[in-house]
Amino acid sequence: MICIGIEGTAHSIGIGIIRDESNLCKVLSNNIKTYKPEKGGIHPREAANHHAKYIADLIKESVVKSEVDFSDIDLVSFSQGPGLGPCLRTAATAARALSLSIDKPIIGVNHCVAHLEIGRGIFKDCKDPVLLYTSGANTQVIGFAEGKYRVFGETLDIGIGNCLDKFGRIVGLDFPSGPKIENLAKNGRKYLDLPYTIKGMDIAFSGLLTASQQYYNKKESLEDICFSMQETCFAALTEVTERAMAHTEKDEVLLGGGVASNKRLCDMVKTMAEDRGASFFVPPKDLCIDNGAMIAWLGFLMYDGGIRMSIKDTIIDQRFRTDMVDVSWRD
Amino acid sequence: MTKKNVIYRGAEAEICLSKYMGYKVVEKRRVKKRYRIKNIDDRLISSRTKGETKLIAESRKQGVSVPIIFDVDLEEGIITMEYIDGKRIKDIFNDLDDTEREGICRRIGESIAWLHNADIIHGDITTSNMILSDNQIYFIDFGLGEINNEIEIKGVDLHVLMEAIESTHSKYADYFKFVLDGYKKELKQDANLVINKIEEIVKRGRYR
Repeated sequence: MICIGIEGTAHSIGIGIIRDESNLCKVLSNNIKTYKPEKGGIHPREAANHHAKYIADLIKESVVKSEVDFSDIDLVSFSQGPGLGPCLRTAATAARALSLSIDKPIIGVNHCVAHLEIGRGIFKDCKDPVLLYTSGANTQVIGFAEGKYRVFGETLDIGIGNCLDKFGRIVGLDFPSGPKIENLAKNGRKYLDLPYTIKGMDIAFSGLLTASQQYYNKKESLEDICFSMQETCFAALTEVTERAMAHTEKDEVLLGGGVASNKRLCDMVKTMAEDRGASFFVPPKDLCIDNGAMIAWLGFLMYDGGIRMSIKDTIIDQRFRTDMVDVSWRD
Repeated sequence: MTKKNVIYRGAEAEICLSKYMGYKVVEKRRVKKRYRIKNIDDRLISSRTKGETKLIAESRKQGVSVPIIFDVDLEEGIITMEYIDGKRIKDIFNDLDDTEREGICRRIGESIAWLHNADIIHGDITTSNMILSDNQIYFIDFGLGEINNEIEIKGVDLHVLMEAIESTHSKYADYFKFVLDGYKKELKQDANLVINKIEEIVKRGRYR
């Protein structure tokens, strides 16, 4: 089965085309175009306008790149939530139009669940992982338990990517700031004390953000601040992930989301996994960030598992929670 | 020192059986983590060891049965405490007769109220963290605890136990009401404020 996936929850519009091959996901193409605000954070309507401007060409391009024909596509999948309303509506409108015009079924999927399923889809040995999902808006520790993907821990205030971006804006780094902070951190030497906030398996970053800003105002070296932020945030993320693994007795850990491309975070989680005798998986970058291929793959899994939607079921849900999805395609 | 005899290993700490001045003790040792820098590792291990020790000592003052603390090593992150020879409530709860189970629940509720009267939040009240020994209910593992006077936090503290009873002792889920009875009896502030919070937390319905 060939499935096209349309991702549009936030600042990226992504079109992915996949084919299932002996229960694994074969990515035929995965095009992503990202809206960059001129200044400040994402403006939802401007992001949506950006998506609307590029989406049709991106779909055509993806079909050509995949060396398939529109008539070869069996299913249209799209990100139904959670995310920014205007962006979600743009992606959903495109998906509905495409589904009607090529006369193929449509399916709406949960964006967070897609981040987990793509890991299981591309790694043969990744069967029942705990996912540490770290992106701009989302920071969750997710695992499968009793028929659903449960959120065992998550941020109580802002997402980790958001925390890094906000700090980047304060000190004048470009968006996205994560990679720049990662680079600066490499030359950091001195650890500056920062709040480390964990409540059970939940986590919080806003105190750390304020404290980092105060260090900047006090003219501490930017390299040292970046180093200290990374070490503190990522240690906390690794700790909650380990707690969730111990709690659920799972021995696989998977990374997902844009922040998973940070090498320091990968190293920490990998070390933790090694010490627990667990397996560690991180997908290639284009499957970690928001992308259409993961949406296509989850759409396929759901359709293959017997789930059907009509156009009237495709209304978007900005607050679509991970644990609202009935995971009937998995035992 | 006798050889290390690990009886339990969690995400953060391991529990070893040992001897201390002739007494049978357990050592709760917070394990160093290779993934974080020494600075953070040292700070977390020492502050958590200190925090837990304080909460255990404070709980004893409130009349709650907790292990006696013999020694604390902040650098190594080790709390040496009395070995409680008994059975975990988790392991016996389902086999008790109804009157006994009801009595245990009431007493659990009373103990939680004594903790909350002093703003002690246990943070992980489950039946695995209570030991019945010599007809006393001992509370252990204050590793996620804190001092906090907020109604919300107290509600969350009770909610954790409610869920633990529902998931581990689902047949006797309604016995949680006896916990609340005991709690109401001993809590100095209006217990209904906290109990209403529990309902609110359930309605938010994020956790299992």
